[in-house]
Amino acid sequence: MSGSSKLDGENAGNSLNPLEETDLPQWASDLVLIAGIVVATYAMFAIIGLLTGVGLNETVGFMRLVTFFAAVYALVVLALNLHWGYTGMFNIGVAGFMAVGVYTMAFLTASPDGSPAGLGLPIPIGVVGGMIAAGLVGLVAALPALRVRADYFAIVTLGLSEIIRLALLSGSLRSVEVGDTEYGTGGGSGISYTPVDSVIPWLLERPIIGFAGDQLFALGDMVGIESSIIQSGLYTGVLLLFVVAFYLFLTRIAYSPFGRVLKAIREDELAARSLGKNTDRVKITVFVVGCALMGLAGILWMGSQSRVNPDSFMPIVTFYIFVALIVGGSGSNTGSIVGAFVFAAFLWQGPRFIRSIVRANVDVRAPQTIYDAGVELAAGDPLPLLGYVIGTLDELRFVLVGVVLIVLMIWKPDGLLGHRKELAAATDLSRRPTATDGGDTDE
Amino acid sequence: MSTGYGRGRLSNVTAQEVVGGLLLALIGILILDLVRLLVTGELPLSRLWSFTWNGIVDSLYIGLAAIGLSMTYSILRFANFSHGDLVTTGAFSGWTVAYLVGGIGIADLSSRLLLRADGGAQPGSVGMDVLAAPVAIILGLVVAAIVTILVALAIDRLVYRQLRDAGGIPLLIASVGVALALRYLIAFVYTTDTRIVVASPPQPELSELVWLELPAFLAERTINLHEATLVIAALALILGVHLLLQYTKLGKSMRAMSDNKDLALITGIPTERVIFATWVIGSGLAGVAGYLIVLDRGQITINLGWFLLLLIFAAVILGGIGSIYGALAGSLVIGLTINLSLIWIPSDLNEIAAFTLMIIVLIFRPDGLFSGVETA
Repeated sequence: MSGSSKLDGENAGNSLNPLEETDLPQWASDLVLIAGIVVATYAMFAIIGLLTGVGLNETVGFMRLVTFFAAVYALVVLALNLHWGYTGMFNIGVAGFMAVGVYTMAFLTASPDGSPAGLGLPIPIGVVGGMIAAGLVGLVAALPALRVRADYFAIVTLGLSEIIRLALLSGSLRSVEVGDTEYGTGGGSGISYTPVDSVIPWLLERPIIGFAGDQLFALGDMVGIESSIIQSGLYTGVLLLFVVAFYLFLTRIAYSPFGRVLKAIREDELAARSLGKNTDRVKITVFVVGCALMGLAGILWMGSQSRVNPDSFMPIVTFYIFVALIVGGSGSNTGSIVGAFVFAAFLWQGPRFIRSIVRANVDVRAPQTIYDAGVELAAGDPLPLLGYVIGTLDELRFVLVGVVLIVLMIWKPDGLLGHRKELAAATDLSRRPTATDGGDTDE
Repeated sequence: MSTGYGRGRLSNVTAQEVVGGLLLALIGILILDLVRLLVTGELPLSRLWSFTWNGIVDSLYIGLAAIGLSMTYSILRFANFSHGDLVTTGAFSGWTVAYLVGGIGIADLSSRLLLRADGGAQPGSVGMDVLAAPVAIILGLVVAAIVTILVALAIDRLVYRQLRDAGGIPLLIASVGVALALRYLIAFVYTTDTRIVVASPPQPELSELVWLELPAFLAERTINLHEATLVIAALALILGVHLLLQYTKLGKSMRAMSDNKDLALITGIPTERVIFATWVIGSGLAGVAGYLIVLDRGQITINLGWFLLLLIFAAVILGGIGSIYGALAGSLVIGLTINLSLIWIPSDLNEIAAFTLMIIVLIFRPDGLFSGVETA
């Protein structure tokens, strides 16, 4: 508790949270806020990209990637926000639940003649099956949620996600013979299947959508944007629809009586229990729902490649998602989306955009090691060092993510929109201390 | 509602007993099966011994790292996710110095400074084994501890001190940030390539080492000197920590602080000095552990500590968080589990066995296997 007092002091200013008062203007202004940030960022990237000679296709492709990652991160972050932001369950096994969703989908939809073989079912059944499987694994994981402290729960979920990943990777489950067919996880090489973004060609064959699609491709051709970028852009559009659906669904939950119990559990579980709320059942329910959503988000994200393998679900993926949530501010759905976008645009794709800019303008050759770069720097040539930095930008990006996380925890633990956290009570409680974040802070 | 809750509580308790019973039954069955395997000769005694020995070796370096994690957990009150990367820091800094010293006049500076990032300086030609370059190896061990301590103190000053009263979860999240930044700064300098940095260990027969007349079955046993170095160094350090905790005023203060922080403050124990000592001991041991792991395995990678972290957590949890002796005992259980489980399961599933054990213990015995009180 003691640590949160400083944060409460900052929050005490916004005495009455406008969210509690009126829903529609808040909702509309949130939309304006998100759209404003997105448009401003895109305009900035477009101007910088075109001025520095990155090229139209690369700039548009970059924006497409930013939107894609923003959308998939938003999906997972919204699901995680349900666990951590609203209920205070510190789940750091997100990658594991996504893996269960994607692998189940892959198994259900992969061709029966493939290696490893699948069941060859239609994609929608695979998607629903993946969600159900992720939810069921969540149910198994939720049982300890009732027993252990927040930091123990974190380690349990991390351990579970590693168990899932190692099991998928292991050679003993690589192929299991059932009858004449080889089923299994495929070990390190994974399972190949029809990707979920094949929904776009399918949609383009429908009468009206197909016509609109043709116009779009013709327009792109006129401006000079490749049709492959437009095609993947369309799938990103589908993802955005899912983000909206997630947002509406989770906001609906958050403002329901059930949602108020969630916030009450986050703030003081004992009090919620004393008021006669069955907190155990609520926690299990919300954990299962969140895990199913993580499974769906995983399917929409990783399922758009035609092969899934365990390397996509390293524990670090979970931490990216956490960084995105913390950047935006946990406890607010709008914050989750803003965080996902800021993470995707600036921390994730931003460094790569800088690399494109540098490569378009400077002829850099990357020396093999930092020592060679240092030697040439001492000889008066800074370009090799620049080349080395650009060459290792993927590593430096992690350093950036880490530093951002540290800086946020020290100076802005509530994230960009953390002051928007919705409280459990409908009345002003700001003069009383409240826990600022989920979990037990009284250790 | 309340009756529903009561029923849930009741079924939880029975579930706990059921799982505990099942676990005991499983261990019993495994022991019986082990006896059967030994009697029928399916499992030669030498193989059982080599599994056990590997388990002890693994448990020693896990234990070295686990002491530090357990200390930060009990004294600073957070799960330090950057502890694994302190292990990595020790490995890289120590071996860099070993190469710098051991390879003078043999390999060029760039390969030695960056631990063969450019593929030069073969470990064999530089003489990276304990017989060829004992001074370089021991110097590397000392530097591994010193550099890791300095890095940990700097991180504490920059990050954790700002968050001293922020509660467990904000500190945990910040430590994840520290872990990422530290690991990839190392990767920025040393590249992400996994590489062999230690020559194959000298394996003399026992009779060459001891000047006594030995019975034949002992005299012909070969000793892996790198493994022996690891075992001796680790045991010496563990003994040192034990003496420090039990017989010095500092040790008493540390135990007092991990037991009850507020009471320790009231009695006038200098908190910051104890925290300083915690980082010095904990990160020094972590750095040495990283260095010794590389000596034993021969190869180095930036993910060395990160991949080890969950096993270290498992050891700390098994022993009961906050208890250093518990952490050591937990390390022994984890080390033996990941090796002895190989009798029954393939080698790519052994970590699953260890993590499953950890989760079961966390859920059903959150105080650890030995019900350790939170005292060192």
